Amino acid sequence: MKLGSALLGLAALSLTVAATGQAVPPIDRDEVINSQKLPRSLREFGFFIDPAAQVPDQRVVPYRLNTPLYSDGADKLRFVYLPEGEKISLGQDGLLQFPVGSALIKTFAFGEGDDRRLIETRVLLHRADGWLALPYLWDDEQWDARLAVAGARIDLTTPKGEAISYRVPNKNQCKECHGLDGAVTPIGPKARNLSSEWLEANLGSLPAHADLMPVWEDRASATPEAAARAYLDVNCAHCHRPGATASNSGLDLRWEQDDPKALGIMKRPVAAGRGAGTHLFDVVPGKPGESILLHRMLSNDPGVAMPELGKATVDEEGTEAIRKWIAGMPQS
Amino acid sequence: MIRTAISAVLLASATPVLAEIHEIAPGEGAQEALQEALILVEPGDEIVLAAGRYTITDGLSLDVDDVTLRGAGMDGTVLDFTTQQGAGEGLLVTSDNVTLRDFAVENPKGDGIKSKGADNIVYHRIRVTWTRGPHPENGAYAVYPVESTGVLIDGVKVTGASDAGIYVGQSNRITVRNSIAEANVAGIEIENSRNALVEHNIATRNTGGILVFDLPNLPVMGGGNVIVRNNLVVANDTPNFAPPGNIVAGVRRGTGIMVMANEDVLIEGNMLSGNPTAPVMVIAYVQPFEDERYNPLARNIVVGANAFDGGGYDPQLDGAEMLLAAFGGALPPIMWDGLGSLYVAGETPGWTLNLTEAGVGLGAARPGPLAAPAPEGEFDDSGIGAPAELDDRLG
Repeated sequence: MKLGSALLGLAALSLTVAATGQAVPPIDRDEVINSQKLPRSLREFGFFIDPAAQVPDQRVVPYRLNTPLYSDGADKLRFVYLPEGEKISLGQDGLLQFPVGSALIKTFAFGEGDDRRLIETRVLLHRADGWLALPYLWDDEQWDARLAVAGARIDLTTPKGEAISYRVPNKNQCKECHGLDGAVTPIGPKARNLSSEWLEANLGSLPAHADLMPVWEDRASATPEAAARAYLDVNCAHCHRPGATASNSGLDLRWEQDDPKALGIMKRPVAAGRGAGTHLFDVVPGKPGESILLHRMLSNDPGVAMPELGKATVDEEGTEAIRKWIAGMPQS
Repeated sequence: MIRTAISAVLLASATPVLAEIHEIAPGEGAQEALQEALILVEPGDEIVLAAGRYTITDGLSLDVDDVTLRGAGMDGTVLDFTTQQGAGEGLLVTSDNVTLRDFAVENPKGDGIKSKGADNIVYHRIRVTWTRGPHPENGAYAVYPVESTGVLIDGVKVTGASDAGIYVGQSNRITVRNSIAEANVAGIEIENSRNALVEHNIATRNTGGILVFDLPNLPVMGGGNVIVRNNLVVANDTPNFAPPGNIVAGVRRGTGIMVMANEDVLIEGNMLSGNPTAPVMVIAYVQPFEDERYNPLARNIVVGANAFDGGGYDPQLDGAEMLLAAFGGALPPIMWDGLGSLYVAGETPGWTLNLTEAGVGLGAARPGPLAAPAPEGEFDDSGIGAPAELDDRLG
C-alpha cells in the first residue's frame, strides 16, 4: 500500500514534467507565508527536505526550550524560518521578535526510532496583518500533513503507556493559548528560556536575561522554586497573565511576577467552580494537598483539569516540581 | 437599454456582499462541520443549526465578529456535551457583536457558554441545563459573559449550575431580563461589574436568587450602578451545593436578593416570597483581604418598594433560634450588617447586625431592628443597562 502510493506519486511527478517540459517550479516559501491564503498542506511551505524524518531545509533552524510545554509526553521538534536577510530582535518580556515573513514550526511526535509517528505540526506565520496559527494533521503514510482548522482527536499511546484520545487543537484553540490583548503571538521563544549558545548564534549577541530558566532535564540542580516557576511560566502563564485568556482569574503566573497574591499564594479562586475541589486557596504554603493549583494539575477531568487544552494525561514530573515548591514554602 | 444595464452594474457593485448562511444538521460529522463553520464564518454571516440533538465531545469556539449562531429553539436544537472530553466550557466566544439564540447546551463538563472580551453580545432564548439537577460536580456557570462591554441576556433559561446560572463578571453595560434561573447555587450573579439592569426575571429554587457582588484581587473591581427590579424571587431554598472554595459556597440557603460590597444599587418592584434566610441581604465583603484598591463595603444601597411575602422564617444563620424568638418567629425581610450605607423606602421592616468593622466575622454582631433612612432623591439610572441597539437583534 505504502509502496503503491509512492509509485503513484512518482508517476504524477513525471507526468507534470512531461506535460510542461520542465521540472516543477521550486516552492516560493515567502509567497506562501505572506499570502492571504490558508495553505492546505504542510508540504506547500517547503520547510523540510524530508518531512517524515523532519529534516529541515537549510534556512529552517531548529531550537529547543530549556523548560518545554508538556503535551502528554509528545516529542516536540521546533524550528524557526526567517526570510532572507532578516534578523531576530528582542521585545518586551524578553520575547524574541521575528520579522514579518517568519514562521515558527512545531511538530508533535510519539514513539521512538522506527516507531516514531508524527501526529501534528503547528505553524505560526507572521504575516503583514499579524500572526496566524494553523494546525496540520499528519496522514497515515507520514507523507504530508493537511490543514485541520477544526482540529481532530487521535487515539494513541503515550510514552508512559497510557492510551489516550489526543486532541489536535482547532484554529481558535490555538488562539486560546497564543492570544494576548486580542492578537495571536508566539509564546515559547523567550530569551530566558533559550540557551546562550543558540541565542548568540541566532541573534548575533547575547541579550540580557538570557538562559535563566533551568533546563528541565537538569532541574535537580536548580532550586525547587526556579524549576516550579519555570514550569508555571511555560505551561500556565500564556493564559494566566493580564491580557490573556485567563486574565479574569486574577492569577498571573509569569516568571517575572513577584506578588505572592498574583501567584496564587493564599488567593481565593474566582471562577474555578468545581475545579476548586474542596480547597479554599490556589496555593497554601507548605500544603500542596490543599492547593487548588496543584489539585487542578493532577486532574484529567474536563471542567477541573488544568491546562484546559492540550492535556489528556497528568504530567508526573511537572506536578512533582510544583508539589515540591509548595511543600517547601514557609508556612505562615 | 444600455443605460439601464450600466446602472444595474453600478448598483450591484455598490451592494455589500450578501451575508452567507451556513446550515448545519445533526448526525455524523456535525460536530466537525459546526466547528469548521465557527472558524471559517465571515463577519455578517449566520450559522443555522437545524433541529435535533448534536453530540459534542469537545469545546466549541467562535472568534469572528458580527456572527449569529441560531438554532431551531431552546428545546429544538440541543448541543449535548454529556460525553465531552476536553475544554473548560461548551462554547467559547471571543469576538464582538455576536448573537447566540434559540438553542440549548446540556451537561457541559465545565461552564456552559462563556464569552470573554466579547463586546455587544446577545444571548437570546438560550437554555443551559445540567439535566441531573443540583450537583456539586456540575459546571460552574451556565451563561458566562466576562470582561465585556455591552451584554444583553434575554429569555434565557439556566438550571443546575454549581456556581451561578447567569453570571456576568468584570463587565459594563449589562441587561439580564425575561430569564429563568432555577436550581442553581446562585440564580443570577452580577460580579465586579457596572451599569447592570436585572429585570423581569424569575429566580427560583436556587440557593440564592439574585446576587450583586464585588470581590478583591481581580483585574476589574469597583462594582456598582446596578438596578434589580421587577423580578420574581421565589422559594430559593435549595441547599448550597457549590464546591467549598467558591465565594458562592458562603451563600446561605434561602437568600433572595443579596448585595455584597458594591455601590449604588437599587432594589425595587420585586416580588419576594419564600426565601427562608433573608429576602434581601446587604453586607460587606466577609473575608480578609489585602488589596488597597478594594472597598469591601456596600455603599448607597437603596431598597425601594418591593412586595414581600413569607421570608426569613428558617434562617441558615448562627443563633437562628434566638433570632427567630427575638423577632417574633420570622426575621424581617431586609437583613443588613450595619456597614456601609443603606436606604429603605416606606415602612419595610428590617434587622441589622450592627457590625462596626468589615471582615471580622459575626462574633461582634449585636442584632437589632433596622432603622434605615429613606432614599435621598431619585436613583440615577442613566447609562444603566445594555446599549439599546442590541435590542435590534431580538425578535
